[in-house]
Order: sequence, then structure tokens, then C-alpha cells
Amino acid sequence: MKSRLIKNSIISLGLFFLYFPILVLIFYSFNENKRVMVWKGFSFKWYGELFKNEQIIEAFIVSIKIASFSATVSTILGVMIGYSLVRIKKIPLKSFYIFLSSTPLVLPELILGLAMLLFFISLNNFISFPSTRGQLTIFISHVTFCIAFVAIIIQARLTDFNKNIEEAAMDLGYNYTKVIYKVTLPIILPSIIAGWLLAFTISLDDLVVASFTTGPGANTLPIVVFSKVRLGLSPEVNALSSILMLVLILIGVIYFFFNNKLNVKK
Amino acid sequence: MNKKPFEKYFVFSPYIWLVLFFFIPLAIIFKISISVSEWGMPPYQDIFVNKDGFKINITLENYIYILSDFYYIRSFLNSILLALIATFFCILIGYPLAFYIATSDIKLRNILLVLVIIPFWSSFLLRVYAWKIILQNNGILNLILLKIGIISEPLQLLYNQYAVIMGIVYTYLPLMILPLYGYLNKFDLNLIDASKDLGVNRIKSFFRVILPLSLPGIIAGSLLVFIPVVGEFIIPEMLGGSDKLYYGKILWEEFFVNRNWPGASALAFTGIIVLVFPIIVFQIIYSKWTNKNEI
Repeated sequence: MKSRLIKNSIISLGLFFLYFPILVLIFYSFNENKRVMVWKGFSFKWYGELFKNEQIIEAFIVSIKIASFSATVSTILGVMIGYSLVRIKKIPLKSFYIFLSSTPLVLPELILGLAMLLFFISLNNFISFPSTRGQLTIFISHVTFCIAFVAIIIQARLTDFNKNIEEAAMDLGYNYTKVIYKVTLPIILPSIIAGWLLAFTISLDDLVVASFTTGPGANTLPIVVFSKVRLGLSPEVNALSSILMLVLILIGVIYFFFNNKLNVKK
Repeated sequence: MNKKPFEKYFVFSPYIWLVLFFFIPLAIIFKISISVSEWGMPPYQDIFVNKDGFKINITLENYIYILSDFYYIRSFLNSILLALIATFFCILIGYPLAFYIATSDIKLRNILLVLVIIPFWSSFLLRVYAWKIILQNNGILNLILLKIGIISEPLQLLYNQYAVIMGIVYTYLPLMILPLYGYLNKFDLNLIDASKDLGVNRIKSFFRVILPLSLPGIIAGSLLVFIPVVGEFIIPEMLGGSDKLYYGKILWEEFFVNRNWPGASALAFTGIIVLVFPIIVFQIIYSKWTNKNEI
């Protein structure tokens, strides 16, 4: 019984550690006082202020736009990589392929951001495109590092499911194209959705790469938030945090649902 | 054999994207890092000069500049030390958590796993910001300590290296727990019972059986934490003070403040070189890991 007690207290402490800061953040968002840390009374005041703040609203729209586009493109490319790595035997320079598709998972964002910025500047000198940096360049950079996350999810799922199902479908007269559409795709669909959601939140959350590749008219939400809280606290950011946390947590739960759908069925 | 018209597109579409928008950018960093710097825009000379005969105009000056200045080397070492400490604490906190989650019964296990992943899904920047609130002079931690009477004056908890370590361990912890759990979950935990039956005690069975079996998980988690932390910029910027300079900060300043592009590129490329070894280790584990189990 002693070991059970140790087990329960370690799990509880761990969860407390993970959730305490988030709860503190949400709690202080209801503080009426402009000085964040001095409690004055319960109020929704800062939520109202938040929706009147055009800079934040605008940045939010820019972020959502970039995140949806980059999640979609990186999901398509990531699914292709996942499929290639598991099902296709002949990949030219396979270890280079693996290097390209997995390094962005761990490469410090700062190095990737710098590389992307210098790339766009050189490209501009070379072919006069892109003429300014902005949403397009952030989008391209985000796709590059989101691909890896989608690929790893798809790869895991494809490795997991039985290849015989595909072969059986072929024996029953489906051609290759039809097998992909009617058998493979439906089976990995939950993982594709999960991958899209993951890419979406990673793009939405990115500050460093976006800071490097941004330009006029492309202030994403993290860039605006960072400029507000770099040196101090901001009650509006507290309110924003609570909303974003709840939305992202909801996406997280949906993600988990899709990623585990297959497991439950099994 | 069946015709597989899709294969070409499946392999090559992402291949082209990654070569174009990942490999070439890395190559450009290298190119600029060996360029001669000058005043102007862009602040470096071309490496191929075609005036009065073709000439290759490269230099190692930028690397020598970095490696001969203790300022840069110290920041690098600070970052590596920071990453080692953070990784150590992530293992220290993450391992028992992952272990006990993996040994829970199946229903509870899934719920606990979701609970661990969810904070990871919420905004990184805002989770760091949360620590700023907690560690303020009149923040919640100081308030509690004052109430209990452990301290009589608020402590300066923010803007030092300890706050940075705290923030990093907090934000990167799920990256340690997930691969660890992945490995621990695979074992037949009856192995503990088996080793007990064979007369090995609990602690011995842990060190002789469980720990060696979960070592790949520890390595995978450590790399997922260690490599990005070396280049971490936001957390030291928000929670750190002037007591320690880190690699991320000097790279940022070299580029944006000093406008020394070749210098910044040399720093970045040195970073890549230093991290290449752990990245290769990561890839070997990554391919083994994805082949064996799901995340």
C-alpha cells in the first residue's frame, strides 16, 4: 500500500506542476486591476478590452489564416512523406530524404528562422521574388517545419496497420489508385486530421521563425503578444491567454480523439 | 506488377519542397558564413567574383572571429550547460511520471496521458508568460512563502538563470514524458513480477530490468529536450536576467542589432555542427521508434 501512496502522490504532484501555471493565468485574467498582480475584484473587463483591441484582433486573423494554409499544405506533403517512408521501397537517396524530413523536428527554431530569412533575401536578389516578406514567407517557413510533425504521425499509423488489408483489396480487383482512395485513405483519415490539427497549432504558436520571416502587414498573434509581455505583464494578454488556452485545449482533446480512434476500435 | 503512378508524386513533391525550402536555406547559411563581410546591403561580398578574371572570394574570418572571442564561446557553453541541466530535471520529473502512468490500469492510463499532452497543446509563449506571473516579486509564489512565514521579504525569483531553468523544464517536460511513456508502455510489466519471483528485490529489479529496457526512451526524450533548448531564445528573454548570456540571444543580437550577417551565419552554422551529432543519434532512434510504436 505504501507504493500505491507514492504512486498517487507522484502523479498528483506532476499534474499539479503541469496545470498550476495555467490556472494561475486564467485566475488573474478576471482581475479588475490594471496592475496584474494586485487583486482588486472579479471582472470581465479585460475580455471586453481585448475585443476592442484592433491590433490583437487583426493579428489573430493573420495568424489563423497562415495557420490554416500552412497546416493544409504541410498535411498533404507530410502524408506523402509518411506514405513514402513506409510503403515505397525505391526512394532515391533515402537517408537524405529521412534527414530532410526529420531534422526540422529538432533543429532550433532560431537557426531555421535565420536560414529562411537569408534564403528569402537571397532569392529576392536572384529572381526579385518575394518582393517583400510577409504572410507568404511565414507560410512557406511554417510548412517546412510542420511537414515533419505530420509525417511522423502518418508514418506511425501506416506502420501500425496491416498491409494485408491493402493486398486483399487488390486481390479482389481494386487497382492501385482505388486501393489508396477506398482503403488506405479512410484508414489513416483520423491520423490525417490529427496531423492537420497539430500543424495548425504549431503554426499558430510559432514566434521565433515568424519573427525572422515577417514583414510589413504580417504581425502574427505571438509577435504582438511577445512585444506586449517581453518587459512586463499585460491584463489584456491575460484575458487572451485564457481564451486561447481553452480553444487550444479543446483542439488538443479533438486531436487526441482522432489519433486514438483506431486504437479504440481495435 | 501493378502500375503505381502515384509513387513518383508521393516521393518527389515533398522532396522538392524540402530541398528548396529547407536544404537550400541551410546551404545559404553556410555560404554567407564564409563570405567576406562589408558595410552595405547585403552586408557581405559575393563569394564568386567575376571582375578581372574569375575568383573565389571566401574566408574563414567569421569562424575565427567567433572562436577567438571568449564572449561567444562562453554563451555557447552556457547554453549547453543549461540544456544539460534542463534535460536532467526533465528526466528526474518525467521518468517517475511516465513510469507510474504506464503502470496504471488501461482506462486511467489514457486519461492521464491526455492530461499530460493537453498543456503541451496550449500556447508555448503563454505558458512561459504564466511563470512570469508566478515568479513576480508580488507574485503568487512569494505571496504563499510570505503567508507561511518562510520569508519576511519577497524574494527576487524572476530574471535569473533559475527562472530560466524552471521555465524550460516546465515547457519541455511533455516532450520527455511522451517518448518515455512510449517505451515503458511496450514492456510487459510482469517482468517486474518475474524478476521478483526470481528473488531480485524491487530496487534491484528496477535498475537491472526496467531502466536498461527504457534507455532508448530516455535517450529519445533527452534529445527532444536537449537540442532545441540549446537554441532556446524566448524563455531566457522572458524569464532570464543579465546574469547569463545564451547562444540564442547572441545569435539574435549578432543578426538584428550588430547587423553582422556573416557572423550570425557562422554562429548558426557552428550551432548546426555542434548539434549534428545528437541530431544523427536522434534520427536513428526516431526511425527505430516510429517503426516500432505509435506516439
